[in-house]
Amino acid sequence: MAITGTRHWAALAGGVTALAVALTGCAGGSTSAGGGGGEKTITWLVDNTENTVTYAEQIAKDFTAANPTIKVEVETRPQGGEGDNIVKTRLSTGDMADVFSYNSGSLFHQISPEQNLVPVTNEPYMANVSDSFKPVVTAGKEIYGVPVGTGNAGAVLYNKKVYEKLGLSVPKTWSEFLANSRKIKEAGTDPIIQTYQTTWTSQLFVLGDYANVAKADPDFAANYTANKAKYATDPAAVKGFEHLEEAAKAGLFNKDFASATYAQGLEKLANGEGAQYPILSFALPELKVTFPDKLNDIGLFPLPGDDASKNALTVWLPGGVYIPKSTKNLDEAKKLQAFIASKAGCDSQTKAVGANGPYLVKGCDLPADVPTAVKDMLPYFEDQSKNSPALEYLSPVKGPSLEQITVEVGSGIRSAKDAAALYDEDVKKQAKQLNLPGWN
Amino acid sequence: MTVNTAPTVSAARPRQAVQPKRRKGKSAYPYWFYLPAAVVYTALFLIPTFASFFFSFTRWSLTDFTFIGLDNFVQFFQEPALLKGLTNTFIYGLVTSALKVVLGMLLAVLLTSQIIARGYLRSVIFFPVLLSSIGVGIVFTILMDPSKGMINKALEVVGIQGPAWLVDPAWALLSVALVDVWKGVGLATVIYIAGIVSIPQEYFEAAKVDGASSFKSFFNITLPLARPATATVIILSLIGGLRSFDLIWAMTKGGPGFTSDVIASVIFKQYQAGFYGLSTAGNVVLFLIVTAIILPLSMFLNRKEVDQ
Repeated sequence: MAITGTRHWAALAGGVTALAVALTGCAGGSTSAGGGGGEKTITWLVDNTENTVTYAEQIAKDFTAANPTIKVEVETRPQGGEGDNIVKTRLSTGDMADVFSYNSGSLFHQISPEQNLVPVTNEPYMANVSDSFKPVVTAGKEIYGVPVGTGNAGAVLYNKKVYEKLGLSVPKTWSEFLANSRKIKEAGTDPIIQTYQTTWTSQLFVLGDYANVAKADPDFAANYTANKAKYATDPAAVKGFEHLEEAAKAGLFNKDFASATYAQGLEKLANGEGAQYPILSFALPELKVTFPDKLNDIGLFPLPGDDASKNALTVWLPGGVYIPKSTKNLDEAKKLQAFIASKAGCDSQTKAVGANGPYLVKGCDLPADVPTAVKDMLPYFEDQSKNSPALEYLSPVKGPSLEQITVEVGSGIRSAKDAAALYDEDVKKQAKQLNLPGWN
Repeated sequence: MTVNTAPTVSAARPRQAVQPKRRKGKSAYPYWFYLPAAVVYTALFLIPTFASFFFSFTRWSLTDFTFIGLDNFVQFFQEPALLKGLTNTFIYGLVTSALKVVLGMLLAVLLTSQIIARGYLRSVIFFPVLLSSIGVGIVFTILMDPSKGMINKALEVVGIQGPAWLVDPAWALLSVALVDVWKGVGLATVIYIAGIVSIPQEYFEAAKVDGASSFKSFFNITLPLARPATATVIILSLIGGLRSFDLIWAMTKGGPGFTSDVIASVIFKQYQAGFYGLSTAGNVVLFLIVTAIILPLSMFLNRKEVDQ
């Protein structure tokens, strides 16, 4: 009896597996979309920030005006880790939109470009793309994306009115920055805005300091990728953590730093309730929408390091627009890419959201009325010796927990030295997942 | 003490052997009868379970994988946040289930007494159970804001300086646990109400005739005779507490820093970062831990029930 029972179960299990396979097969086949006939609709997945959605929709509109047979449907996804997750999952399951926007640099490497994306190295429109952008969307020998949006900076946004009132000048070194901050505090304004409810904002002291690291130790990125340089042991790299700790210990943050959000931080900055906010210049379009009349009170300076003569700006390159291998509308998708990498594409974006930094497409000029903070950052962009791309564009190694670690340093839970060592541990997992040489 | 005899009397009642002995070999149904359930069970439970055991030994990118043996488990146990997550998980599970047992019992006693609007009050206590955890999390995050939140504003009125709740490393986990208790105590109460209502009224009457105080009746009748309800509440809330995730994620995302991380949120963050093999290994560990705690606990609680 027992023997027949086992046989029954074995047969059953086999049947069930076959059934499951058949079911998945059906589901895979039925997802193919796309209109037949003359008119086609392609989908474009972008992140859900107001700025991105606004310019994406303008591009979609202008693109259809230029190509009447192709419609572009803009889809949105969350930002941050949750968005990364969606992109990775949709790519892995072959369910990605026809075209999608995603970060360049280290995050780009994490979506297995060689396996998932269509290479566009030899497309004619790649000639329009700035040479400084190409390396950050290259994997192996192929280029996979075109830039969308503008170059940005990880720097300190400051309220110029507060600076004027107190007669302060832009600091070039960390000690000047601290001296300024103390004066601002004495005058009753919050010197440094921190907003730990939106955790990613806590990383700027470390990430935005990278240009100073690169100027002090030009080989850091290469050694870091090769598992030879560490945040905890490199005297230049650990400074970012130490500065954060020092500012926190000196009580220079707004009182509600632990519960404040990014949006509240921007409000404090615009109203002059806080004077300085180390943040990405991606904040500028948001300031423009929420506080249009205060936008030109906001200036920008790079996070200061130890040496005034080497103070450089940490630059964030724009994200890329990529085509997944799973697309059924390859030609149309490439046309959209070509449009984005053209002057018409930049103009669409400027029309929709204004220019928030330099474009990385050749022939795209900035209008004369850019915000003050953008004017402050242009000289650094124009002179190669005064900027460096952020580490995430130079090395694929980036740990997922930096934002929690920097929140701990800023909240006084963990010391700078400890935090740097913990972050070095954190990146190990990433390097192993990417199978980088020298880490296993 | 006559009162003390009450429980013994009940326990002395011969337990009916309701379960007939399962007949060996011969099944009551033909095998094809099991097929639909077996298909669902295999496709949705058996295959994923074994697949997850397998993938926990690989470095996995959803499309391809490399077999790396026990590396994921080694890595997982080296995870700096893990120890914190592990202790937090236990603290959270213990605090929530202890509070649910105590409060659930007290509320059930209240709601089985002769008070006005009893039916209405019973449903009110149960309402939070029906709410979505994410919604509750978001609402309480706003209420618990240290400077602008309603809770601290109210405390200020009576002259108390409230803690910073979710953003104070010392309070964050406890704050979430308290909200969890608010949300989940309704279920515990309902289980206790059922338990208390099923205690025969005669015991209370007999106790009253013998001059027992209400405290005596509670500790010597209600508490021991509601033991099966207590076992159910403890097991349910402990399992819930040990694998809790949604409320913590909605309220603190494990923060500030790593101070309110539990195992489930550590695993989720690893999944989010694309470490699929590693996070699957984490889930296997979580599965083993929950089993290792709940299995003996459940056996212990149920055996006690029979022994009585």
